[in-house]
Amino acid sequence: MNPSPSSPIQPTRTNLDPAFRLVTRGFAFLVLALLVAILGSLVDGAMPAIKHFGFSFLTSADWDPVAQKFGALVPIFGTLVTASIALAIGVPVSFGIAMFLTELCPAWLRRPLGVAIELLAGIPSIIYGMWGLFVFAPLFSEYVQPWVMDNLGGLPLVGLLFQGLPMGIGVFTAGLILGVMIIPFIASVMRDVFEVVPPMLKESAYGLGATTWEVMRNVVLPYTKTGVVGGIMLGLGRALGETMAVTFVIGNAYQLSPGLFNPSNSIASSLANEFAEAEGELYLSSLIELGLILFFITFVVLACSKLLLLRLKANEGKES
Amino acid sequence: MKSTLRFAAVLTLSGSLFSSVACAADITGAGATFPYPLYAKWAEAYKTKTNIGMNYQSIGSGGGIKQITSKTVDFGASDKPLTREELNKEGLVQFPAVMGGVVPVVNVPGITAGQLKLTGTLLADIYLGKVSKWNDPAITALNPGVNLPDSAITVVRRSDGSGTTFIFTNYLSRVSEEWKTKVGENSAVNWPAGVGGKGNEGVANYVTRIKGAIGYVEYAYAKQNKIAHTALKNAAGSFVQPSDDSFKAAAANANWKAADGFYQILTNQAGKDSWPITGATFILMHKKADKPEQSTETLKFFDWAYSNGDKMADGMDYVPMPDSVKKVVRESWKQIADGSGKAVWK
Repeated sequence: MNPSPSSPIQPTRTNLDPAFRLVTRGFAFLVLALLVAILGSLVDGAMPAIKHFGFSFLTSADWDPVAQKFGALVPIFGTLVTASIALAIGVPVSFGIAMFLTELCPAWLRRPLGVAIELLAGIPSIIYGMWGLFVFAPLFSEYVQPWVMDNLGGLPLVGLLFQGLPMGIGVFTAGLILGVMIIPFIASVMRDVFEVVPPMLKESAYGLGATTWEVMRNVVLPYTKTGVVGGIMLGLGRALGETMAVTFVIGNAYQLSPGLFNPSNSIASSLANEFAEAEGELYLSSLIELGLILFFITFVVLACSKLLLLRLKANEGKES
Repeated sequence: MKSTLRFAAVLTLSGSLFSSVACAADITGAGATFPYPLYAKWAEAYKTKTNIGMNYQSIGSGGGIKQITSKTVDFGASDKPLTREELNKEGLVQFPAVMGGVVPVVNVPGITAGQLKLTGTLLADIYLGKVSKWNDPAITALNPGVNLPDSAITVVRRSDGSGTTFIFTNYLSRVSEEWKTKVGENSAVNWPAGVGGKGNEGVANYVTRIKGAIGYVEYAYAKQNKIAHTALKNAAGSFVQPSDDSFKAAAANANWKAADGFYQILTNQAGKDSWPITGATFILMHKKADKPEQSTETLKFFDWAYSNGDKMADGMDYVPMPDSVKKVVRESWKQIADGSGKAVWK
């Protein structure tokens, strides 16, 4: 980075500089242009459905290709519920993994474990779906579901969550598979950010007599919160948009029910299932509008995480 | 097994794409997924013989109709026949290529293939969610001596739009007034009950995994996966088992007319041996050919398939068209003409 004035390559480099800047800027704007183009074509494609159904598209649970009546409530509900279950399972486990790897793990185990988690992230999603359908669902329906239904199904209110047929497939299974899928993403991001915490900070805390948990809670987490939230959002983004794994295990039924063991549908899974054979303009544009809604949900999630980070930043240094 | 075939077919098709740039242009087609494994096999054999490839994209019947109306392919394929009005509107001709049967499959402990007897209305009631236990009086009355458990029926159906679903719901609409008014027929419908599996594989899988499940798949899938199918009561009132013979019997009773574009849905056909849920898959071409030589090549391909492809179809559990129908279809090809009105097929 310190070229001597006599270097022979310097003139060429200076000449190329503006061109290089132009090219990189072009690439950056290309992303923006693509985003606008995709949004534009989604809105354009969804127009017939938006005009025909208006706001009721969001509140109607109908999905009737014969009568050409479509509503997005079930897929939206299914997408949000499965993603929430995935986060509820994925975040604590990932946090545990990252904490173990950075604070508690013996040094010789650190590498193999870390590599294993990264490999988990490389498995194609359809494999998770097949594992869920072939391995998890039969075991779950045979041993776990009947017990849960018998023992928890009768409880007031909470019991509603555990009713349905013990089939092994449904909203809960889909959420669980998604949870397993996003663990490697969240865990590896968390581990990476935990590792950059200056040892001096941690050692000072330990020196003052803090336990590992107190160091995590009061030193590591506040230092790395941006990265941690970012990792969780990465996982959430994947959970919202996951298609194949969910299609395998969610049951693909347009039914609205609070039962976690009942089949439902998610936006991505409806699109994957129905796009190829959708006949008629209204059907097709309703599917495109579903895509637009997924786009919107992802956007809102991202915006919320940015807001959260801004608020965290504003509170920095204040007494908690 | 079909997926292996499919994979092999993709390899051959992609191979032929690259190898045959120099010789006559390949035939292109797009549409229904149901006949795809067979078309791919036909294409492979045809390529070895004539060195002309056939590139078929199994994008679904809806997609096939879209592609042929926008003239991006030489022929479209659909499991759902177009009516004469629809054909005339787009200037298309239509003819059947091959047939197949859809069979109900069940997973009830102790029940073997063909043991359980069902009627069309009962099947509709099960799919409507009205009959929800295996030991419901409506089922036990039809099956004296069969030990049916006191367990819930899980209805399994397709989650994706499909010609198989079209044939199945068309049958239910013909036999049950309630199904017709509440649900109707289409390649995707608003299912009142159950879970959806993607593709025939998905439904076959769910049925094998879930105890007490009932589903519907193409006959080949039930046979290959060894899932217990049921017997069905046909329009003549006799209980029949699904087989090539009962599918053929259903086709033989139909009245195929070129004037209607061979519009024929073979469900609930008369005849005491007819399997009630049978359907044909159709080929769509433009009546006025923009590229006459391509249309000729396409017709040559199907002419060859009609003459030489029956064995391959049999081996893959499809049912070839009866000879009498093939004759009428070949006759009907004369209405396809080039720009000057000269027939492309002699």
